[in-house]
Amino acid sequence: MVQWLTHEPLLAALAALLLLGGVFGALLGYAAIRFKVEGNPISEQINSLLPQTQCGQCGYPGCRPYSEAIAEGDAINKCPPGGEETIQALADLLDVEPQPLDAEHGVEKEPVVAWIREAECIGCTKCIQACPVDAILGAAKVMHTVIADECTGCDLCLEPCPVDCIDLIPRKQGIGYWHWPLPVDRFRPIEVIATDAVARTAA
Amino acid sequence: MRVIHDIHGGIHPPERKALSQPGKLASLGLPPTLVIPLRQHLGVPAVPVVAPGDTVLGGQLLAEANGVMSVPVHAPTSGTVRAIESRPIAHASGLEDICIEIETDGLDQWVALTGTPQWHECEPTALAERVRDAGIAGMGGAGFPTAVKLTPGPKRPIELLLINGTECEPYITADDTLMQGFADQLIEGAAILAHILGAGTILIGIEDNKPEAIARVQAAVIKAGASIEVASFPTKYPSGGEKQVIEILTGQQVPSGGIPADIGIVCLNPGTAVAVREAIVDGKPLTHRIVTLTGEALSQPCNTLACLGTPIGYLLQSTGWTSEAQQRVIHGGPMMGFAVSNLAAPITKITNCLLAPTEAELPLPEEPKPCIRCGHCAEACPASLLPQQLYWYARAKDQEQLAEHRLFDCIECGACAYVCPSQIPLVQYYRAAKGQIRDSEQERARSDNSRARFEAREKRVAEEAAAREEKRAARKAAAQQQADNGGVDPVQAAIARAKAKKAQQDAPQ
Amino acid sequence: MSLLRVTSPHASGLKKVSEVMRDVLLATVPGILVMTWFFGPGTLINLILGGAVALAVEYGVVALRGRDPRVAISDLSVLVTATLLCIALPPYAPWWLIVIGVLTAVLLGKQVFGGLGYNPFNPAMVGYVVLLISFPVQMSSWAVPRELGAVPGITEALQRVFLPGSIDALTGATPLDLLRQNTGLLFDDLMTTRPELSGWAGVGWFEVNLAFLAGGLWLLYRRVFTWHAPIAMLATLALCALMGFDGGSSQSGGSALFHLFSGASMFAAFFIITDPVSSAVSNRGRLIFGALIGLLVYLIRVLGNYPDAVAFAVLLLNFCAPFIDHYTQPPVYGTRKQTP
Repeated sequence: MVQWLTHEPLLAALAALLLLGGVFGALLGYAAIRFKVEGNPISEQINSLLPQTQCGQCGYPGCRPYSEAIAEGDAINKCPPGGEETIQALADLLDVEPQPLDAEHGVEKEPVVAWIREAECIGCTKCIQACPVDAILGAAKVMHTVIADECTGCDLCLEPCPVDCIDLIPRKQGIGYWHWPLPVDRFRPIEVIATDAVARTAA
Repeated sequence: MRVIHDIHGGIHPPERKALSQPGKLASLGLPPTLVIPLRQHLGVPAVPVVAPGDTVLGGQLLAEANGVMSVPVHAPTSGTVRAIESRPIAHASGLEDICIEIETDGLDQWVALTGTPQWHECEPTALAERVRDAGIAGMGGAGFPTAVKLTPGPKRPIELLLINGTECEPYITADDTLMQGFADQLIEGAAILAHILGAGTILIGIEDNKPEAIARVQAAVIKAGASIEVASFPTKYPSGGEKQVIEILTGQQVPSGGIPADIGIVCLNPGTAVAVREAIVDGKPLTHRIVTLTGEALSQPCNTLACLGTPIGYLLQSTGWTSEAQQRVIHGGPMMGFAVSNLAAPITKITNCLLAPTEAELPLPEEPKPCIRCGHCAEACPASLLPQQLYWYARAKDQEQLAEHRLFDCIECGACAYVCPSQIPLVQYYRAAKGQIRDSEQERARSDNSRARFEAREKRVAEEAAAREEKRAARKAAAQQQADNGGVDPVQAAIARAKAKKAQQDAPQ
Repeated sequence: MSLLRVTSPHASGLKKVSEVMRDVLLATVPGILVMTWFFGPGTLINLILGGAVALAVEYGVVALRGRDPRVAISDLSVLVTATLLCIALPPYAPWWLIVIGVLTAVLLGKQVFGGLGYNPFNPAMVGYVVLLISFPVQMSSWAVPRELGAVPGITEALQRVFLPGSIDALTGATPLDLLRQNTGLLFDDLMTTRPELSGWAGVGWFEVNLAFLAGGLWLLYRRVFTWHAPIAMLATLALCALMGFDGGSSQSGGSALFHLFSGASMFAAFFIITDPVSSAVSNRGRLIFGALIGLLVYLIRVLGNYPDAVAFAVLLLNFCAPFIDHYTQPPVYGTRKQTP
């Protein structure tokens, strides 16, 4: 055997490679099964990064279905309420390139909460049934009101309201929410996603 | 002789203190209108107890505290409440906040004040309550509710009361003037504070560029026979930061993320100490404070005892302000103050200085150049941070690395930006980064909460649907059973009844 | 009247980037003068040619990048790069060598990364290494010092630079060359027998290094940089030389004094490794940075293939600088364990 190997170096090399591949492959396969860790499936981790407005602007009926779709390979740039920060966080988690927000699904707006004009409310409970996070307080024939701290601004309550008495008002107003913005650097605009830079510096 | 330690870094900007003639108080009269914000402190705004049209007297309560982290607000003089509305306030954002606007009547009539000269016999908690009721917040610039600082709780026994007379920032001489003119009141105030805290040692720290103040305070200590130590130490900016002065005078460092009470120390401004004395001994709430008006754009720079709520414009006009085209008016000092955007904004409990420089005196910053990584910023930083790395990570919005480099230990003193050869506005990067991180954390908490609510709702809806299904199945099974048992099938009976009724209705037609 | 809203601090210290660069340029003057005395006007020609090319290239490239070229020129950083490179290059090197070196330094060493402040490597050393590897012959023919041969005049110098090959020039080995080529003589004998090596570290070289040391100490006084990196490098170099000096046998690496004052040691210590952009950020980091450079310089000089090792040592440590930074963060206020 050894003599044959020394006489056929090419075949010997091939045999060595095959043998090594087989041994290590078997080791890896064994380790994959024996030491399998029940970890967080990736869609859970993706879901924890999404803003949970359950608004449906991404085209899926809620954040969890979208997170599962991303785990299957869907694009990460479909969430307007999450905005640039969420896209960057998803890109970091999944190790893909961040894309600018897909304008087809909406634009990044400032955070809002719903506000019911109580004078016009008829107490029909349609908005209460529509709210995905139970942020509207009320009952049949009783005044409805939005609990602002729980409202995600998903705007799913606007459509069902038969008297159109719900407004979306900015959530972060007033001196308590202000902070210094990053300085504007004329020479090197600070942008997370490069393609945004052109649009923003032009604006 | 106390051992004086040194802090890391620090800078020596030109002091320019003589400009405002420390030690002398000028009288600038009473403004026609006072604008008193409901929040002049760190925490929750006070709640008004007066209404527009009410006549108020000096010292009268205008708004009461709302919770623990809140401080009441009093009228500085007599007059009529004109409105309680949004008004421009002195804030870096230029935004407005709710204020009580008072038209003064010039008579300066006051409510009757009752003080407690025998405060030694009072319980510390009762005294702390009175400090709160007097509306006292930290007058060094942060505006922390003093009553909260004076009650750190049983887990944090206080050994040392430190009166911070450093005033390290250039131009400002308000504390210097106070210590020279009100040294006796300062000593008594310190004694009251020590009594409230149960502190065994009282230390007054003053930088060595204020020799008159040191002399006056020492004389007052001897006169009062108090066991108070007056320590002076070399002038350097920013020795006056709470953490820095503690390190200089005791050699200890406040633990990162902690407060001085964690190591048994409470640090207060001399103005706060004098205000506490007035509140306890005279029963007078906090309504006035010493403000330094300085800068070469003023023809008569001075220190004055001003009413809280005095519009900034009134004070500037009274000291001969000449406005220039490209100009700032700075609330605070040149290192940590912010530029005021509306001169109708009033001074508050935390206004220690109004600085009106000429363009030549403090030139506007140039366009920043790229960072050359020289490291001068790290040499100047009193907290031993790496400002350069914080700058790069703030630009990259890399929150993880910012936390690792301890962004929140930055005291925003501005020493790094002062020495930067490329004139990069470093402090703005850190403030912006801190704001973004706080925002992100709030958003994350919110979205976690929303997810929990959503999942709870899904669960509830699913349970309700399942319960309905079960009931329907049970009813169906019962009906089936009844039919099988030979009795009337309730479903068929119901259908027959309905048909009969319908036939009856159609019949009369 | 408008009230401008700007961020604190509102006052600023007076040092600007251009002032820092100007100080560095001034500090090289003594060394340049001494080099000119010993080796003739070759270095001056290098400097003028290199400086002009550098300014032109920087202006052009920054304009191409869409930024304001006058701002880029006004901070004098490219002039410093060109000066440092041209001091390192042999006097009377052909003009095309200078041009290629400066082009590489400015374009590949600096502009391609984003200009001032963004380059991970020392631009002058990038240029030097590219030249050293591409044109080893021209790079290793150093001029003969004054005491050993006639120093060329201006005309001859210009001829040698701009019309290379037209004159038969006399070139000699540097002391470091001689040390590494030595195979039989004891160190002391080497120093006494070879005419180029009279004195402590070689004719002319000792004085040149002394002049750069003076410039460097002046920069320390002006607080342009801190003492950590230069002292660490020189101390480590001396220490290694002392440890490797086995009494002066023919295999020895040279005495500490020899290493400190010959070649580019002082120049490197005070002008090359103190380039803030490509070195470590904290003072502790700078100590490690300087020490490792000193070690590498000694090792490459004694055991490696090149006579002088500064450029390679510096580039290798530029690679390591972020790693050093990561592990040498100073203890932040409030993180110290309290002694009760």
